[in-house]
Amino acid sequence: MPLLDVQNLKTYFHTRAGTTRAVDDISFSLEKGEIVGVVGESGSGKSVTCHSILGLLPQPPARVEGGSVTFDGDELIGLDPLLLRAVRGRRISMIFQDPMSCLNPYLRILDQVAEPILVHEDVSREEAESRALEMLKKVGIRDAEKRANSFPHEFSGGMRQRAMIAMALVTKPDVLFADEPTTALDVTVQARILQILRDLRDELGVAVLFITHDLGVVAEVADRVVVMYRGKVVEQGTVRELFKNPSHPYVKGLLACRPSFETKYHILPTVEDFLETKTASDGSVTLRERSDAAQRLEKLESDGDLEGASDSSALLLEVKDLKVHFRSGGGFWGKPREVVKAVDGVSLNIHKGRTLGLVGESGCGKTTTGRAILQLICPTSGNVTYGGVSLSGLAAEEIRPFRKRMQIIFQDPYASLNPRMTIEQALLEPMNFHNIGSGREDRRARVVSLLEEVGLSSSHLRRYPHEFSGGQRQRLCVARALTVEPEFIVCDECVSAMDVSVQAQVLNLLRELQDRRGLTYLFISHDLSVVKFVSDEVAVMQAGRIVEQNDAEQLYRNPVNDYTRQLLDAVPQSDF
Amino acid sequence: MFRFILGRLLQGLLVLLALYTITFFLAKAMPGEPFTTEKNVSETTKQYLRKLYGLEKPLWQQYIIYPSKIISAGDFGVSTSKGRPVNDIISQSFPVSLVLGLGALTFAIGIGVPIGIISAVRRNSWVDWSLMAVAMVGICVPAFTVGPLLQILVAANIPGLKVAGWGSPLDFLLPAFTLGLVSAAYLARLTRGGLLEILSQDFIRTAHSKGLSPTRVILKHALRGGLLPSVAYLGPAFAAMISGSFIVETIFQVPGMGQHFVNAAIARDEFLLMGVALFFGFLIILMNLASDILTGLLDPRVRIGKEAS
Repeated sequence: MPLLDVQNLKTYFHTRAGTTRAVDDISFSLEKGEIVGVVGESGSGKSVTCHSILGLLPQPPARVEGGSVTFDGDELIGLDPLLLRAVRGRRISMIFQDPMSCLNPYLRILDQVAEPILVHEDVSREEAESRALEMLKKVGIRDAEKRANSFPHEFSGGMRQRAMIAMALVTKPDVLFADEPTTALDVTVQARILQILRDLRDELGVAVLFITHDLGVVAEVADRVVVMYRGKVVEQGTVRELFKNPSHPYVKGLLACRPSFETKYHILPTVEDFLETKTASDGSVTLRERSDAAQRLEKLESDGDLEGASDSSALLLEVKDLKVHFRSGGGFWGKPREVVKAVDGVSLNIHKGRTLGLVGESGCGKTTTGRAILQLICPTSGNVTYGGVSLSGLAAEEIRPFRKRMQIIFQDPYASLNPRMTIEQALLEPMNFHNIGSGREDRRARVVSLLEEVGLSSSHLRRYPHEFSGGQRQRLCVARALTVEPEFIVCDECVSAMDVSVQAQVLNLLRELQDRRGLTYLFISHDLSVVKFVSDEVAVMQAGRIVEQNDAEQLYRNPVNDYTRQLLDAVPQSDF
Repeated sequence: MFRFILGRLLQGLLVLLALYTITFFLAKAMPGEPFTTEKNVSETTKQYLRKLYGLEKPLWQQYIIYPSKIISAGDFGVSTSKGRPVNDIISQSFPVSLVLGLGALTFAIGIGVPIGIISAVRRNSWVDWSLMAVAMVGICVPAFTVGPLLQILVAANIPGLKVAGWGSPLDFLLPAFTLGLVSAAYLARLTRGGLLEILSQDFIRTAHSKGLSPTRVILKHALRGGLLPSVAYLGPAFAAMISGSFIVETIFQVPGMGQHFVNAAIARDEFLLMGVALFFGFLIILMNLASDILTGLLDPRVRIGKEAS
């Protein structure tokens, strides 16, 4: 009998707007010492599944409508809360996605890690703390004795996630639910965390349910995979089987639309190339494979040779020895100020119609570089030359004409659209400001054609941002950047917050626009696979400096710099 | 930390200077002078009195003399209406107000915080709604209604409690309750709001996932952060409580400091007026500092003495 057996679990959310079937009749199991990956996009019901099992859902609106979860022979659904509490944190522990918000900011790390022992076992505080300290060392917190008394905000993201893992494992549970434990982390940190999880599995024999949207991570860490889509399990099997011979069209699409180092497509396939969704009148959804999926894929493959625009195109942007230093701390009564060298001597050339990828881990200065190039942040020193004109030292009015030629798309499409402006207002505003088009009617016509260009329609004009999905919003941001007909766009982590299938759509959009309009991109991202897919050239950034810059193909094939090699090695690969 | 406190105290001095300037000129702008009464006082007497209190000097000199006396000798001047040093008046009435204020604070925290916690835990239930309705009434009903009601309903029926007066140890109970009631109501609402905010955070779910009991989740994980808004409110509120309340003192015949704010203004007693105003300002600054330090102790992310970057 499996350690954890989920049979026909159903969890619905009952709200005034209707009933959402968040988890809709799913079954899977977990054996002792096994790592099972649960993959799916946001809203597919992965987290709700875990929370249903542990009774962590807010009820109402959530309700477990049916099914059974047996854990070590005991039924968990409908279990007395007191008994369920004895399971939580002692026999089944959970790690949450965001180590920033999931640790209590008011309590010391050691207190939080020792707490599950104190609650579940009859031991002295000293013993609990010494065991907690031991576990902190085991998950790789250096100087654990000293650092254990820190507060969460004094830890980096990776350290916090380690503390979270220590907290979950300190009672030596039988099962660990890991909900996107590495999503918020840099690749190198992610690689270390995954290693820790595998080691602990081998050492303690803990079974892990590993929830993620990242297929690469699953391939790296899991023994078996469960793929969820719209609250249902669409396919499950061993990692090898599933990656080699996916049978469900959704899984096929998901595997194909994720750019990898080997992707040869010019335009990525999307899930829609494989999957046909039919919604019946009663709200039930049927998923079918497209009959023409094979042809669609073939066509995309044959279009793949368009790459490699000529190297001889003109230089559009030249960045020389750019430095941005921030002063922090201090103040009138404080200590002398410290200087943070966010960007410390960056030089880049970007040619017209091409894409330069800028990769690096969080805090390396990528975003600051992008903003300093656009003169959104005033550089401390160095020169930015755009189309032969030096931007440094220009007054605000003199820069204004360049704002029309250079645009930016931000990471978070939720935060970067004004929630109180309709789409029409948001798109008309820059046109009015820069006097583009002749008169109101012409501008409106342009807005409509832009919306169509990014795959939306004129029926969306009067809507507000909250009425759109994340992917649609990012399309709106692209459209807004295009309203002033720029030549150059800085894409700052503009697909990082998206599910792979939506990411593929936006990447394709960017690529089509580049083909059609001859746009030049500076593509900033921490995701090396995505950067490889979009870029002609790639620059690797570390601690405010460019450590390596080369033709994309060259750089990924023959990295020269140690740090580049380290980054590339840390990327989980799914080559079977 | 030391640097932070020093900085705040220096800042406080500037605030006091501004407060003094405003009070000084407002007092001077009042029609009449301390010796204007309905009685016919001869001009010679007035001259003599003016000279006695130093009021015949040019305005700018008066503006400088008062604070320099405070700094050099701790001398807040002499009340023109009472003929006694302002120092004496404050040192006699402040202890009374302090006892009353501490009592009010105890009531406010002892009633307000638990009500807030219960409301937050039972949010959107009838318990929550009725408690919050009571709190709303507490905020709305003024002390001059609550005080007399207590006198009629409580003091008159329970032996040992007096309707008014200040002498035996139990005399502080009713005025302190009246004075603390509004703060208790505010605290209940602030605690409820602060706690609900914290209870919606992700780390509360983490705490539940560790198998903690709901009580432990509230007390250990949520309450600390949930109390922050209340602490910020309590600083100035406590200063106001211990510096006395004219209304409560009048209703219960308590010889506290609050009466002097009003009486000094009516009597155009500018030295007493400036004295109590500056003393109140000083208390406010001190209590705000205390509440900031307490916030820093509760929330480790607030780094006292360093600006947020």
